[in-house]
Amino acid sequence: MVYKVGIDVGGTNTDAAILDQRNRVLAKTKTPTTPDVSHGIEQALTLVLEESGTDRDAVQYCMLGTTHCVNAILERRSLNRVAVIRIGAPASKAIPPLFDWPADLREAVCHDTYLVEGGNEFDGRPIGDLNERRIRTIASELDGKVKSVAVTSIFSPVSGDHENTARDLLAEALGESVFISVSHEIATIGLLERENATVLNAALRSVSRTAVRGFRDAVTKLGLRSTLYLGQNDGTLMNVDSALRYPILTVASGPTNSIRGAAFLAGVKNSIVVDVGGTSTDIGLLKDGFPLESARPVVIGGVRTNFRMPDMLSMALGGGSRIRYRSGVTVGPDSVGYHLTKDSVVFGGSTLTATDVAVALGRCKLGDPGRMTDRSRELLKAVDAKVHGMVEDGIDKVRITPDPLPVVLVGGGSILLRNRLKGVSQVIRPEHFDVANAIGVAIAEVGADVDTILTYETSSRREGIDRTCQMAIDRAVASGADPRKTRIANVEEIPITYLPGNAVRVRVKACGALGAAS
Amino acid sequence: METFLRQEDLEAIALGAPILGTGGGGDPYIGKLIARQAMSSGRPVRLIGLREVPDRALVIASAMMGAPTVFVEKVPSGEEAVTAFLALEEFLGERAFATYSIEAGGLNSTIPIGTAAKLGIPLIDADGMGRAFPEIQMVSPTLYDIPATPMALADEKGDVVILKHTITNRWTERLARSATIDMGCSAMIALYPMTGKQAKKALIAGSISFARRIGNRLTKAWRTRADPLDAILSETKGYLAFRGKVVDLERRTERGFAQGSVKLSGIDEDKGKELVVHFQNENLIAELDGSVLVSVPDLISMVDTETSVPVTTEGLRYGLRVAVVAIPCHSKWRSAKGLEVVGPGYFGYTAPYRPVERILR
Repeated sequence: MVYKVGIDVGGTNTDAAILDQRNRVLAKTKTPTTPDVSHGIEQALTLVLEESGTDRDAVQYCMLGTTHCVNAILERRSLNRVAVIRIGAPASKAIPPLFDWPADLREAVCHDTYLVEGGNEFDGRPIGDLNERRIRTIASELDGKVKSVAVTSIFSPVSGDHENTARDLLAEALGESVFISVSHEIATIGLLERENATVLNAALRSVSRTAVRGFRDAVTKLGLRSTLYLGQNDGTLMNVDSALRYPILTVASGPTNSIRGAAFLAGVKNSIVVDVGGTSTDIGLLKDGFPLESARPVVIGGVRTNFRMPDMLSMALGGGSRIRYRSGVTVGPDSVGYHLTKDSVVFGGSTLTATDVAVALGRCKLGDPGRMTDRSRELLKAVDAKVHGMVEDGIDKVRITPDPLPVVLVGGGSILLRNRLKGVSQVIRPEHFDVANAIGVAIAEVGADVDTILTYETSSRREGIDRTCQMAIDRAVASGADPRKTRIANVEEIPITYLPGNAVRVRVKACGALGAAS
Repeated sequence: METFLRQEDLEAIALGAPILGTGGGGDPYIGKLIARQAMSSGRPVRLIGLREVPDRALVIASAMMGAPTVFVEKVPSGEEAVTAFLALEEFLGERAFATYSIEAGGLNSTIPIGTAAKLGIPLIDADGMGRAFPEIQMVSPTLYDIPATPMALADEKGDVVILKHTITNRWTERLARSATIDMGCSAMIALYPMTGKQAKKALIAGSISFARRIGNRLTKAWRTRADPLDAILSETKGYLAFRGKVVDLERRTERGFAQGSVKLSGIDEDKGKELVVHFQNENLIAELDGSVLVSVPDLISMVDTETSVPVTTEGLRYGLRVAVVAIPCHSKWRSAKGLEVVGPGYFGYTAPYRPVERILR
């Protein structure tokens, strides 16, 4: 038997779950996050191993989802100074690097910025030659002064040549210990956003090493010989080597892991996940196991990137939502939040909340139901109808086909809802949801994507797409996917306005099974 | 009345302009940053009314031509717009009194602000469309037989092209488009030179402050937790045409334009209905359950129902929930000649144009 452990290190709790090779959850745990990364992970690992009684040698994979990197950026903590090199001058001079950054973050991260001649056009031809002499001069200036360099060249997602040459020259001059991030390996079209992500990536050098070392130490200390993976923004995994090179790809993994974990626990791939909290409800759609992406860019610590979050519909409805009635009943939008166990009626308070109504209707047992007995049945029913109307409306807004889909109901506030909802084939309340993030990372596959522009004049469509798919597969394999079990999960083509030669934006995602333990 | 543009104005214009961009026109984000950089190192920009332009003064539009996708990647050097502008002045042998925006919808709302700051000349509160359109000849000066030429194009490499004369503004579009493609699909242009007298007649007055007002209303709505959609509708005298979610999306490239259609399935009050919006860069025509509801030249804009942030045709995705807003176009476009240049017929639709306010009330 082969086992895997998913671990999620959040700001408050470190969760872990151990799964067998058929993805059955054998044990789970929730422990407080410790300041020392390794210790918290070790604690959580020890607990799930003990509880499940698993043979340590049989734990083949450990997956980590972590907020280390994103928190470091938000708190401007332990970030490395970065030499920011942009290739493409004279183009792009109008907006210098880091121009739109919050001043404190720029101060914490920026060593200096450099604009160098070079870069490419949209179809890959060079704008001009890369000024290699200038790169060498910059390298000699930087020698001994910085540990991190970010290199971003115009249209590098179409041709990475200038970035690769610059990296080689810098590495040759500065030595292997200097961490060089090149933008085409990190993000996509949109110079400023890609540059931002690359600079943040370079700044996360120490933070990611600490996190990975902590993860590795904890695993080794417990005598596990597992292969390690980290969760990425898009809900796939990458191996430790890739995580050390691309730490920025972990910053938005939380929401994706949570929604994927929930759907997985419910045993459905195409579904709607409804997460009812104390104050708000988030509704998201999963298509073939992955959440739909939002159109809005992810902003981290005040910096625009071109990463995408899952598209979630948020509503002001939760267990603590306040109920009022005058001419009709209203639910929320305000909530007593975490004061629920003090302020709500069933807990001895005087504020009528959605939870009180659910208790009075016998939907759940909480506090003292006796405190609700004198409420009018009519009022209770009106509130209940309102709550369900809101959720059913939300579900309807999120779905993209009229077919009834299963709904996965999670979160503390889900006690408000009954098991039959309009337009829903089935309501599933999965077990173990409290560790959904850890499950989400444990069930993930290794993945990688490529996002570029193809011009179908210079090559045929088939050739272009095939080449791009191969690149995505190569990247997935480099990130730890089993080469024999790696496939293309998704190909998206978006025609681009005003570009000649049928230019299209092509996004390809490759996914693969976990590679053999090394 | 004259005002100096401030940082806040720039933010507001960049926020309001995409509503007038009707799904195209490009994101004013980069243009805003360029203008911000130019304003902090250059001179303050005065926004002046059309009436303040002397009749005999020369005015020239400053704009970006090419693919917005290229523009966000190959960001300008910042010199191109000024280079093109100065080249045209040199060719004409005359200094311009002011610059203006040819297209207030989208990124060309903010480009002339940067040019004005660098050159220390005023920006006229007017534009040539009152919205966004895909081609050079689709501007109100065409309706008054004002030529786009002489015109100058410049790229970041230092290439400068002057189009001395073209037989029609449609030919200007063709020739300038070819040059732009060779320049890497992004060029800065100076065009439609005209006198103050011509400008007063041919341009659409107040477009820049209109975009700014929309942006300010949006910001205020977010700040005060009022309904941002209401703010947009009341500021633009627009109509809420539909609320729906994207259930189908079809795209193709034809003649260099991103064409396609999006099918929205109704939500809220529009539940059970279906709206199909056809686009060519910009949204052109909206059909409700098979019959035309709104069409060009009236404005069809989509905003995200949660945030009321404008959604571009390139940004459309499955599942996205949008409110479709229809805004009456400027009356210039409703003339016979205006409809000939930008009416549904020009874009290949046979349905006759009906003003939005007669359909939606």
